[in-house]
Amino acid sequence: MPRYLREREESRTPVAFAGYRSTALRAPLRTPVDLPHRLTEVTGPVLGEDRVTAADADLTLRSGGEAQGQRIIVHGRVLDSDGRPVPHALVEVWQANAAGRYRHVVDNWPAPLDPHFDGLGRVVTDGLGRYEFTTVKPGAYPWGNHHNAWRPAHIHFSLFGQAFTQRLVTQMYFPDDPLFGQDPIFNSVPPNARHRAISRFDLERTQDNWALAYRWDIVLRGRDQTPFETDDDGDVA
Amino acid sequence: MSTEHPSPLVRSADGTNDRRPGTPRRGSGFLDEPFRLGTTPSSTVGPYLAIGLTWEDGPYAVPEGTEGAIWLRGRVYDGNGDLVPDAMIETWQADPDGLFDHPDAPAGERRFPGFRGLGRSHTVEPHGEYGVLTLKPGRVPDGEGGWQAPHVDVSVFARGLLDRLVTRVYFADEAAANAEDVVLRGLPDDASRATLVAQPSEDGYWLDIRLQGDRETVFFAV
Ligand SMILES: [Fe+3]
Repeated sequence: MPRYLREREESRTPVAFAGYRSTALRAPLRTPVDLPHRLTEVTGPVLGEDRVTAADADLTLRSGGEAQGQRIIVHGRVLDSDGRPVPHALVEVWQANAAGRYRHVVDNWPAPLDPHFDGLGRVVTDGLGRYEFTTVKPGAYPWGNHHNAWRPAHIHFSLFGQAFTQRLVTQMYFPDDPLFGQDPIFNSVPPNARHRAISRFDLERTQDNWALAYRWDIVLRGRDQTPFETDDDGDVA
Repeated sequence: MSTEHPSPLVRSADGTNDRRPGTPRRGSGFLDEPFRLGTTPSSTVGPYLAIGLTWEDGPYAVPEGTEGAIWLRGRVYDGNGDLVPDAMIETWQADPDGLFDHPDAPAGERRFPGFRGLGRSHTVEPHGEYGVLTLKPGRVPDGEGGWQAPHVDVSVFARGLLDRLVTRVYFADEAAANAEDVVLRGLPDDASRATLVAQPSEDGYWLDIRLQGDRETVFFAV
């Protein structure tokens, strides 16, 4: 039975972060209890093609028309930390429209809604762990966490991987966003891991006269390969 | 001037020689530890998760009308004791025979067609409440020669949580199995065990999840 690697404390996002106000009453105050991986933790749902349609991978064509905004292709690979691709895995994404507005009853700031953009996408990775979808670049939006607080442009991602331990919900950012410095959600990620949340501009994958492109590889926790015991001469004992 | 090599595996040109007198043996030529990619950091689902994560069949780990199906329900509370109406609960569990439909699990004849093992419920309607229609799981080996009590692994996602929370649901009418369960036994006292034990209800079982406070639910690091 496999076991999955624990993430290093110094590079994983803490569940609570003082600058992000909503964590104050929601993040648990007690230290979590260590749960060694057993069958329930190393298995997970097998979800795939039957949860998506081809149209789910293009967020720019909804309700019979073209979404407003800068058209972009977002693509990359889903790997585990040993570099192995995670094939046939469901990836769910959601985002604000080009003006920074979500199609959601709680989002009431006065930026326009777009009748041809609902902000929902779903894809399944191929046999090599690759995913790709077409969307518009989301706008930044204000969120009231502190005076003049703005979220940097981002796309929300949800992945199951292949085991309960690999479950990941996260956010993808765009390179060189000037709003990074004032955003507590971005800055809750320890400094040495922040670059892993930022996509890179990918000139090669842009499409002439059509779309810009960004690449973002997602790394889920890998398996803990128990090393062979070796004696002083380096032979397997 | 020293230039940084693009690979983290290559020493810089002015790196000092770390061989000391008496160094027992030279390197094997292989990495001492496997080289690993850094994992992608988690983030909060935020307040707008309903856009991306709503499934019509989410709460149905088994189809409606399945014989023996139970509703696993409860409410989610914050540190003020207020209901949390924008959380998402996901459940993952074995079938009633204790089997998982997964390549890393022991094979076995699976007798429950339509059983997905996964439930997903938003705490929107009713306000602050989750509900998953499922089958009660069977016992699963604990990897130490014993058996775990019937249990459901649970992930909690919400605005204000930068990483998911992991907890478990056990069942009050499984007292004998619960007493032998390696995870429950590892908890410090009965009060913490009680935060994981669902009570029988009208249509299944009920367990509240308290994110903070005196009766804070036991959460696990996996
Ligand atoms: Fe957002």
